[in-house]
Amino acid sequence: MANVKPKVDAVIVGMGWTGAILAKELTDAGLNVVALERGADRDTQPDFAYPKAIDELEGSVHRRFLQGLNQETVTIRHTSADTAVPYRQIGSFKPGTGVGGAGTHWSGCHFRPLPEDMNFRSNVEQRFGKKFIADDMTIEDFPISYDDLEPHLDMFERVCGTAGRAGKINGVIQPGGNPFEGSRTRDYPLGPNPEYLGAEMFHKGAKEMGWHSYPIPTSNASGPYTNPYGCQMGPCNACGFCSDYGCINYSKASPNACILPVLRQRGNFELRANSQVLKVNLDSTKKKATGVTYLDAQGREVEQPADLVLLCAFQLYNVHLMLVSGIGTPYDPVSNTGTIGRNYSYQNLNRVVLFYDKDVQANQFIGIGGAGATMDDLNGNQLDNGKLGFVGGGLVWARQPGAGPVRGINVPAGTPNWGSKWKQAVADNFRHSFYFEVQGACMSYRQNYLSLDPTYKDAFGRPLLRMTFDWQQNEIKASQFFVDQALKMGRTLNPLSILGDAKKDGEHYNITKYQSTHTCGGATMGSNPATSALNRYLQSWDVSNVFAIGANAFPQNNGYNPTGLVGGLAYWAATAIREKYLKNPGPMVQA
Amino acid sequence: MSDKDLPSDALHSRRRILLGLSLAPIAAAIPAMHAVQAAEKAGVPAAGKPFAGAWDPKAYTPTFFKDTEWAFVQAACDRLIPSDDTGPGAVESGVPEFLDRHMQTPYAAGDIWYMQGPFLEAPAEFGYQGKLALRDILRVGISAMDAHCKKAFNGKAFAQLEAAQQEDLLTQAEGGKLKLEGISSKLFFTNFLTEVKNGYFADPKYGGNRDMGAWKMIGYPGMRADYMDWITVRDKAYPLGPVDLSGKRG
Ligand SMILES: Cc1cc2nc3c(=O)[nH]c(=O)nc-3n(C[C@H](O)[C@H](O)[C@H](O)COP(=O)(O)OP(=O)(O)OC[C@H]3O[C@@H](n4cnc5c(N)ncnc54)[C@H](O)[C@@H]3O)c2cc1C
Ligand code: SF4
Repeated sequence: MANVKPKVDAVIVGMGWTGAILAKELTDAGLNVVALERGADRDTQPDFAYPKAIDELEGSVHRRFLQGLNQETVTIRHTSADTAVPYRQIGSFKPGTGVGGAGTHWSGCHFRPLPEDMNFRSNVEQRFGKKFIADDMTIEDFPISYDDLEPHLDMFERVCGTAGRAGKINGVIQPGGNPFEGSRTRDYPLGPNPEYLGAEMFHKGAKEMGWHSYPIPTSNASGPYTNPYGCQMGPCNACGFCSDYGCINYSKASPNACILPVLRQRGNFELRANSQVLKVNLDSTKKKATGVTYLDAQGREVEQPADLVLLCAFQLYNVHLMLVSGIGTPYDPVSNTGTIGRNYSYQNLNRVVLFYDKDVQANQFIGIGGAGATMDDLNGNQLDNGKLGFVGGGLVWARQPGAGPVRGINVPAGTPNWGSKWKQAVADNFRHSFYFEVQGACMSYRQNYLSLDPTYKDAFGRPLLRMTFDWQQNEIKASQFFVDQALKMGRTLNPLSILGDAKKDGEHYNITKYQSTHTCGGATMGSNPATSALNRYLQSWDVSNVFAIGANAFPQNNGYNPTGLVGGLAYWAATAIREKYLKNPGPMVQA
Repeated sequence: MSDKDLPSDALHSRRRILLGLSLAPIAAAIPAMHAVQAAEKAGVPAAGKPFAGAWDPKAYTPTFFKDTEWAFVQAACDRLIPSDDTGPGAVESGVPEFLDRHMQTPYAAGDIWYMQGPFLEAPAEFGYQGKLALRDILRVGISAMDAHCKKAFNGKAFAQLEAAQQEDLLTQAEGGKLKLEGISSKLFFTNFLTEVKNGYFADPKYGGNRDMGAWKMIGYPGMRADYMDWITVRDKAYPLGPVDLSGKRG
């Protein structure tokens, strides 16, 4: 018999970026909010204190800041004809756990979408005709525009203290920024971070190529900063322990540093860590949620009744919770019906490494999470997809989040993996090589989707989420094009040697290689309830007091990292809840 | 007395003692000795030269590995990251001690991985799908390697073989060409090599990377974690040596 807690106005599942944003906004609105986080409570002090937090064996091998897969994971297969097997060890993507979620161990690249990313399908149709989009490609428009989102994207940048250089303010192009970006109402709160060698070289190479390079907007503070909530950040000291680690310096934007200090002081907010939500409870009509059931720190089943249920559990787990709770109709790829699990997509990431002689001081151990240089000359409307024969754009960038030897040292092609020759190569290259990444969009397809696994269960007896995903010809072609461009540019910089890992024809998705935690879709927002799980306010079409906030809402993935858009959508949804929903609870869009 | 003062035979036997081996010197090691002498003539630190504070395997009693496994661990470590004029080898860096200690962590027991069955065969892109936790992969792998060696080499265990034979076996295992009883040689090799590199490069507090020798070799400043003053320096090599988690300077 579950222990039943007193009812609250809103229960939030997960305390990462989206959970923290929603908690702040809804407690501002006077609601009583309980947040349930499956992992432990964590904060800069003492959890990310120097030097304990920067132990490479614990951080990069034992993966102490990432989700352990022993309790929940996903299963993966390439096509619906295969049997899925569990994602047993962290490889391809790295979900977070604990207060702050992946928002504590992200790098900090903080992009806004391009305006044309928001009306993606109609833009492609308009430029290249309807036939250019293959039948199995289920790409869609977001149901809101860049202009709808602008104030919310701006708000998230203010909260994060994002460092960057504007490219277009109120329609006027600004020198040194991204001339192709959507117009913004004001500049970034902080100027760009200083440039390490790889980024400086990138600007040089980009110029050779005729590209318009600009500093990557990054939520690693370039100077002292106080955000609109009064939370303080200090300048990033380039510690080199950003991705996979919590920031030792209050420099990387995270829920822990930028939002939780306020929440923790609020009487109408309660954070319950070590609370694993098992499902959303629905009433007999299946149209209304009554709250959630979770396991508390001692493993006891507890019921938390609430008027509003906000799923902020990260893209994958939002979809999982919807499926195990019976919210909406699971996607069926055969009939192409149902919405939960539909339009799963990922990110098309590849790498190019440049090796130099001893006089080139690249110092890979220096790192500033997201900082570096990039360009949008091959993204959005700048790319002539019609000529190239694939849908979607991408970026090439120089980024140096910091590298220690346990995380691996790049060595030139042909170097053995061990023995004296390997030793010589690691000694020669550790400080004298750097890399560019090639990050491309990923389309959604009928055959790539999420569902429940028929065989494997999590530690709580629920079926695991099953991912059916493989690279399609479109993304392989795109990868080859972008890597080729990056290699061309790299060669203008005269390295001793250069390595590129473009996807080969017929190459399959490999879950053992880290490729980004930019998993997207599965419970998308849209204007048609037959093809989307959520309406334009990220409200479930089926259960109107449930919202699912995260990259699950993306109908496909654009060329950028997702979190800028995820944060913007969280503020957009929170505003809608505050200004519309609370006045008149119920569906905000008529199906 | 430094190794430079030793005749090469003495150096050789010292090296064998270091490895815990008892057999007579081996022909295959001779080319390596030529390299040592050539290096010495050129004024470079000698290959195989244990540096100050080098790890002494006899001063550490393994609690995970059994004696026979321990001999394998040391021999294989020495082949995978040999001592040479680039920098310290895995053995003198204490990697065997690291391995012994690391195998006793929850990590090696598989606690952070999903370990529930059924265990199905799947293409390599799906990663390890087996039932054995890391520490069992090493244990089962070592005993399978030794069993293979005993069959193929007249009752000799891996540690008793010549360096060139050991290298050849490791190369075969790396490519998955070695057929072992009960475990894939490639799986064993990959996991063993990863752990050796972890021990070689991780903070010295875990037992390997003695005196931060591996960090010095590659020019890694360790746990300084503050490079604000060096981000835009282009014309000079980073000047400071490493510091470890305990605050010790290398
Ligand atoms: C190494 C790394 C680098 C990254 N770098 C970048 C980058 O540079 N730029 C970028 O844009 N993005 C980056 N990302 C992605 C970014 O971290 C995510 O997009 C972002 O954190 C998503 O926010 P979220 O609120 O949806 O999820 P999260 O921040 O992950 O929060 C979800 C929370 O929900 C909790 N939870 C899940 N299920 C349950 C349950 N059943 N019950 C209770 N709690 C639950 C989790 O424990 C977690 O704390 C990176 C990710 C990683 C791992
Ligand atoms: S690189 Fe900067 S932002 Fe990242 S963890 Fe270090 S100090 Fe923090």
